[in-house]
Amino acid sequence: MVHGEIREVGLRIRGLGKAFRGTWALRDVDLDLAPGEALVLFGPNGSGKTTLLKILATVLRPTRGTGVLGGADLVQERDTVRRRVELLSHESYLYEDLTPRENLSFAAAIRGGCPGGDAVAAALERAGLGAVEDERVRTLSSGMKRRISLARLFVGKSDLWLLDEPYTNLDREATKLLEAALQEHRERGGMIVMATHNFFDGFRLATRVAILARGRLILDEPRGTMTLPAFQELYALRTEGGGR
Amino acid sequence: MNFLALAAEILRKDLRIEARSREGVNTLLFFSALLVFLFRFALGPTEAEVRQGAPGLLWFAFILTGLWGVARTFQIERENDCLESFRLVPEGLGGIYLGKVLVGCCLMVATELMILAMFGLFFHLDLWVATAWLVPVLVLGTVGFVAIGTLFAAITAQLKAREVLLPLLLFPLVIPVLLPASRLTELALAGESFAAEPHWLRLLVVFDLVFLVLGYLTFPLVVED
Amino acid sequence: MNRLTILLGLGAVALLVAGLWMGLVQAPPDAVQGEVQRIMYLHVPSILTAYLAFTVVLVCSIGYLVRGTRGWDRLAHASAEVGVVFTAITLFTGSIWGKPTWGVWWTWDARLTGTAVLFLVYLGYLMLRSVVEDRDRAGRYAAVVGILGFVDVIFTHMAVTWFRTLHQPSSLQRGTIDTALQLPLYVNLLAFALLYATFVAGRVRLTALDEAIEAQGLRG
Repeated sequence: MVHGEIREVGLRIRGLGKAFRGTWALRDVDLDLAPGEALVLFGPNGSGKTTLLKILATVLRPTRGTGVLGGADLVQERDTVRRRVELLSHESYLYEDLTPRENLSFAAAIRGGCPGGDAVAAALERAGLGAVEDERVRTLSSGMKRRISLARLFVGKSDLWLLDEPYTNLDREATKLLEAALQEHRERGGMIVMATHNFFDGFRLATRVAILARGRLILDEPRGTMTLPAFQELYALRTEGGGR
Repeated sequence: MNFLALAAEILRKDLRIEARSREGVNTLLFFSALLVFLFRFALGPTEAEVRQGAPGLLWFAFILTGLWGVARTFQIERENDCLESFRLVPEGLGGIYLGKVLVGCCLMVATELMILAMFGLFFHLDLWVATAWLVPVLVLGTVGFVAIGTLFAAITAQLKAREVLLPLLLFPLVIPVLLPASRLTELALAGESFAAEPHWLRLLVVFDLVFLVLGYLTFPLVVED
Repeated sequence: MNRLTILLGLGAVALLVAGLWMGLVQAPPDAVQGEVQRIMYLHVPSILTAYLAFTVVLVCSIGYLVRGTRGWDRLAHASAEVGVVFTAITLFTGSIWGKPTWGVWWTWDARLTGTAVLFLVYLGYLMLRSVVEDRDRAGRYAAVVGILGFVDVIFTHMAVTWFRTLHQPSSLQRGTIDTALQLPLYVNLLAFALLYATFVAGRVRLTALDEAIEAQGLRG
């Protein structure tokens, strides 16, 4: 942020690419996202959705291209970007021998926050984990474990939420919790980028929809007045035969 | 959150996990007992031979168990799929290194005390006379080994060949710890003072400081993509 | 091979031929050790060139970690490879010298042990590189080993020297070599340095070509 200039907000990505072992996992991706928007990414397995999310989270470094979040460059000002994002990934990042409360405190602490015990308890309560907050994660079901990741979202104060298949292992109650949280986050001006196979819930939530296939962004539009069946048809068409 | 606080968080977390799973402590205890047992049979029948070789053997045992100890500090992360989560840390990543070093030192010193006790018990070594001098040697040698071992454990943790590669890389590098430490241990067990050979202690201290700093500086480069 | 490499190579070979002739044929045998002393003309330049090689690895490792451009990494890798080879030559020639002189193929004196450790450390460097698939990561990890290994070897030499000393004090430092023996030594030293430069230049070029091919494959 430079004094005297209008602070840039939102996410802007240009020509983003990532190569692994001789193949492109992601290629020539351009994206724009404004505060309050929720971009939902659809795509076949291996299309690069997770890679894109991880690059936005600065967990991976792009091979090519640039990305800017709120004026901070993804590569050059990585530390600043990290303070502004929250990632819900496939990996749980949970220690099996610790309790949900201990896991949450630790995760929040190393991410630079210093949440009080109250904030942690409140987040756990909100995620419906009040009863098990002092039991070892090892003894919990995968649904409960997923909820701990949700609680992480509630504790943090990030601008950009990056969610990789968040609906997996969530029961209906937890799904409602998630959606309420997403709604609230957007209303506060936060941004969401979500990758999912769940057409029903994902489409409903989105303000923008996008399709990734073979590492390329082949669709990126506001949801507008599109209906779900129309979108699904479009998806099937565009990703037929592994994507074009 | 600055790097010291991060180190403290890591220390607290890992000690808690060790206390609960007790996997680390149990394995180390068992392993050290086995080592002591093997030494008995590998060396000659007379106790004099064992006592003569004790300083070197002790440090050989320490390094062998230490190898497993430093590997374990990152195994915990890998087992829980948490290695990648370190890439979400905005600043003070070096603090994680320091925390892991502290954890490694705790594990190693605990093991060393166990091994020492067993040596004393089974080989009738007179340890009490040496205690005052042994403690600084133990600590300095351990810190040196763990400083360099933690960094290399971090490097190899993400590789498939980690079990072979870690000792391969580490063993030649720990000679500047092994030599002074075993020589000083020899002096300590014999009840002699270090005053006649102060350079060993100095070497250890300098080595420890240099590699703690180098480890702290290069750890972030090893963890990031 | 480009022109520079060819020139370096020719220079190296020329000097080596000259140096070897001077050392093995022309120079008088040592008063004390006799003919076997001649191996020094290979042994000493070999280890000194290895030291040069690993110093280059240190500098390039730092360069790569700070700058990140591929050139640094290619040079570090090439230099480490050549350095390991020269260290092996040192150990080998030292062993050949040791048998008639000390009666054994190997002994654990300070200098020999230190050199063996040097060999193992950088062999580990090369092994680490070969196991990591991503070039950039391999370079980064190797750079860390290149820096820490260098510093560590210095400590090792100190520790090992204090532990024992059997090896004769360094020939060059002692200053008691007859001038007739000094000249062939310096000629061979220069020859080895040029050999090093030739091999490194060639290897760096090979790596650059490898990377270019990979980049081409990526385009598709």
